[in-house]
Amino acid sequence: MEELDVEPAITNIPAASDGKHLGFAWGPGDILAYETLYKASSGAKGSGCSFIHEVRKDEDIYSPILRKLFNESHHIFVGLQTIREDLPNKNKKPQFVSISKNYRSVIRACMEELQQVAVSTKDAKVSMQYGNQVSILLAIELIWNLCEVLFIDAAPAGSLLLHLLDWVRLHKADVDEKAREVLQSESPAEHHDYWDVVVSYVLQGRLEEARQMLVKQATLQPAARNMYKLMDTLLTKMPFYNPGGTQTLTEFDVKWRNWHEEVDRCLQDNSFASNRHLEIICRILVGDEDMLLDHKELLGTWYHFLVTRLLFSHPTVKPTELHYYAQSCMTMFLDSRNVPEPLDNILLAAFEFDIHQVIKDCSIALNNWWFVAHLTDLLDHCKLLQSHNLHFGSNLREFLLLEYASGLFTHHSLWQLAVDYFDHCPEFGRVYLELQIERVPLDTERKALKVLRICEQRQMSEQVRSICKIMAMRALRNNRLGSALSWSIRAKDAAFATLISERFLQDYCARGTFSDLDLIDNLGPAMLLSDRLTFLGKYREFHKLYGEKRFSEAAKLLLSLMTAKIAPRSFWMTLLTDALPLLEQKEVIFSADQTHELMFCLEELTSSLNITPGTDGSMQDEDIELTKVELLRLALARNLAMAIVKEGTVET
Amino acid sequence: MESVNAKYVSQKISKTRWRPVSHSSLQQPDIFATGSWDNENNKISFWSIGNHGSSDMEDGFEGDPQLLCEHKHDGDVLDLQFLDQDRIVTTSSTGAVTIFRHHQNSETISVSQSWPRVHRYPCDNAPCTGVVCSSPEIVTVGEDGKIIVFRADQEGVVRVIENADSSTIHAVTYLRTTEILTVNSIGQLKLWDFRQQSNSPSQILSLSGDRVPLHCVDRHPNQQHIVATGGQDGMLCVWDVRQGSTPFSLMEAHSAESGVRH
Repeated sequence: MEELDVEPAITNIPAASDGKHLGFAWGPGDILAYETLYKASSGAKGSGCSFIHEVRKDEDIYSPILRKLFNESHHIFVGLQTIREDLPNKNKKPQFVSISKNYRSVIRACMEELQQVAVSTKDAKVSMQYGNQVSILLAIELIWNLCEVLFIDAAPAGSLLLHLLDWVRLHKADVDEKAREVLQSESPAEHHDYWDVVVSYVLQGRLEEARQMLVKQATLQPAARNMYKLMDTLLTKMPFYNPGGTQTLTEFDVKWRNWHEEVDRCLQDNSFASNRHLEIICRILVGDEDMLLDHKELLGTWYHFLVTRLLFSHPTVKPTELHYYAQSCMTMFLDSRNVPEPLDNILLAAFEFDIHQVIKDCSIALNNWWFVAHLTDLLDHCKLLQSHNLHFGSNLREFLLLEYASGLFTHHSLWQLAVDYFDHCPEFGRVYLELQIERVPLDTERKALKVLRICEQRQMSEQVRSICKIMAMRALRNNRLGSALSWSIRAKDAAFATLISERFLQDYCARGTFSDLDLIDNLGPAMLLSDRLTFLGKYREFHKLYGEKRFSEAAKLLLSLMTAKIAPRSFWMTLLTDALPLLEQKEVIFSADQTHELMFCLEELTSSLNITPGTDGSMQDEDIELTKVELLRLALARNLAMAIVKEGTVET
Repeated sequence: MESVNAKYVSQKISKTRWRPVSHSSLQQPDIFATGSWDNENNKISFWSIGNHGSSDMEDGFEGDPQLLCEHKHDGDVLDLQFLDQDRIVTTSSTGAVTIFRHHQNSETISVSQSWPRVHRYPCDNAPCTGVVCSSPEIVTVGEDGKIIVFRADQEGVVRVIENADSSTIHAVTYLRTTEILTVNSIGQLKLWDFRQQSNSPSQILSLSGDRVPLHCVDRHPNQQHIVATGGQDGMLCVWDVRQGSTPFSLMEAHSAESGVRH
């Protein structure tokens, strides 16, 4: 990577005390800084401070007015991606131009709103901040407009100049203000700004308006009527290229040269010698560079100078010739005292058709990837960027979009926009999205559901499971077992469902009753998610059957729970104890076979218990266990006896 | 010919409600309130689409909502209901319930009453997900599974049904003046009768089969026993609470979670 040729900006952290070492950690878009215990001067330890400072790189995404910019440009971006690929480029050009105009109108709308607030607010700091943002947006729109003219619209010679004229006129609004002031005055022709307005109109090629202004002066000076008439004729006859007309460029060129010679003749004849102002205008019309440079304040910028100069000396300029003129104009306009600003360099790079340089310079100059990401994406759709593979395997467009979207993701609310940007990055978008979406803070279920919906639509099952687990753990911590279970069912997370069922069963063992019956009674097919959950559901069913006195069904269920190995071994004792009242009933519920199976289960249980030395638990516990087993054995034996008798009896 | 107006407001809106107009006037409502969510600073705002204010409105701006006033709100606004002409109740993701008063002559909003942290877990706040009111009574439900009854102008809570539900209650609506209906995230509708002192529902209805979470519920305006619910899978169900524990009509309305409002 190349070295930056500018000094990095220094940001002061006002809240940190002097002389302290600061530690830091990188975040996706911010840095967290904290004070360490070490003092800078001596190595001795000082008292720690309990604050963490967050340093944000990009303030703009938190501005409420600029937020509209991000939202609306997102809308335009998504629309751009869905333009059909199979149309030939020729048909798509008008669409691209209109999309470019959409972006620009969004920028302008934001600018106007910022300007309104900057003017109306009483807070000086806010006013300055918004004023700065307005000027940045102005510059952005200027660059974008030029890129649209040169790259997207790609006008050929002839139309190129007309588009450049429009560009300059759009960005020099003060002429109209001055003109309005002059026209509203008592005697416009005698206003001190009158001639400035006329000359500005001429410099911008607005000859019709210049003529209308001159008429006012002409009526005041009837003696010089012929001179004004001559000027009027010259201004009327200046040819402008008509792209839609039948005239070819060569014909236009011939016509223009003729007109140019005529103006030159007027100058040589000293036709306007007596009127200084008309002489100035005539010199401008003939393209006299020194005269143009004399009016630097009216021109304002070197690119205005460039366009005016081209208008009056080379109106058929070709795109490839632009950069010669641009370079020389910039040098002429900015004398040795002025250093070209970043904006000037960007515009110059644009005139040189060096797209990559434009993008690179803009990335460095701006603190936010918004502009370069959207512009590069549009240029890429116009197939203007060579596939320029960067070191990390993706191309320039994707890289910039990923950077921009990652920045958006750190915003508490704009993260939803970033999802669409990632969707349209074919190589790394999905990976980025997978990593980022898990880290969106989830305060409420509603937000979690939105995030889940995004993941499910893109089949990101890993993330779904992870988010559901986070929500389930949180619910579990707050003892909301029902919520936790419904989250794990959504994630189809068997392991977690098992965990929750264990909690339920523990609760039951501790308290003797089930909590959250409304949940367990209504598990439905979700019961099959995990064995433990199935057991829980079936066990509850057993209790219900018992409560409804449907003993034989209850018995069958109980037995199947143990024989089908649905019940965990640890619970068998409880199940067998539950079987006791059924065994003690007057009528025989368990058949002989069933009783045999119960006995088998009991033996299995006791033999496994005997293997482990009972060091834990007091003597009392062991006694209780032994008593239970004794009771069970007795009850089983009695039941077996009764069952055999019953089954052996023949009903007569 | 109906037209649709869209206006960017630079915040995510969670709920909007029309201000109720008195039955005697035959006007359409022209003021509505919105609550925002997922912002660093959330707020509730009142908007007007009537032809208030300047008569020199530019063309194409008719019907554009104009912001009248707004007020800061602590936490996301999860639900919003008008208590009467001037007061609006909001529920927050911090578990608080607040009544705001809209002063129409000065176009300001002030906090009239607030119950902070009514919905909470032992060590954390629980978002309060739904509210319904029939002045002066207010009923709220939350992610902590509690149903809480308040009266406007009374300081404390009137009644709490703890552990009304083991999962999150998403929405609540009045069936009759003493009965409410709640829906939860395991797909059940529960009917609660306030005349009874017990803390258990008087009736539970659910869809057999998958336990699809239900997100919203509302009652038929004229027939008190018909309710409609919207589920997570986009299914709209219409139930009759007097008979049957299953819905009598199912409609595939959306492809994702939906909200229901009559």
